[in-house]
Amino acid sequence: MQLARVIGDVVATIKDPTLVGHKLLVLQPITPEGKADGRGLVAVDSVGAGVGEYVFFVRGREASFPFLPDQIVTDANVIGIVDDWSHERDGRGE
Amino acid sequence: MILSKVIGTVVATRKDERLVSNKLLIVQPLDPSGGLRGNHLVAVDTVDAGVGETVLVVTGSSARMAAHLKDSPVDAAIIGIVDSISLSTDDDSE
Repeated sequence: MQLARVIGDVVATIKDPTLVGHKLLVLQPITPEGKADGRGLVAVDSVGAGVGEYVFFVRGREASFPFLPDQIVTDANVIGIVDDWSHERDGRGE
Repeated sequence: MILSKVIGTVVATRKDERLVSNKLLIVQPLDPSGGLRGNHLVAVDTVDAGVGETVLVVTGSSARMAAHLKDSPVDAAIIGIVDSISLSTDDDSE
């Protein structure tokens, strides 16, 4: 799992039938300091996150597990909204 | 999932039999803001996308969960055509 910030959303009318009804969010992975880390990606949302929130997400085949027994074609899924976090150096880049 | 732009097509007469009648496209990964980034890849098209369109590409074993790709030797599939992307303007994570 990785930390990320939700920076946008995606609208796609034509998509795989398993994705119909699922919200797609643009995520920017971040470091524990809160800095952008790597390329942004698009993830399905299973927790009701919104733009501007900090979240954690899972990559790979496991990303579709929250929807079992449905098999959703996704390789990234937001599975938690972060209220706060701390790490050894200085927390959220403050 | 990664945002990508379709930049070309691939024709292959001899290929794995499970790929027969699947369209193969060359895609270039994008930043959420629209800049080209990273290496090209060849992806199976499941949504009838065309050259020049912005699409959603799912990679890894998750690609096999796309429609009609069960048990196919595939690690990248186009599973959506992007209508629009809205990004938050107050992106302080960068």
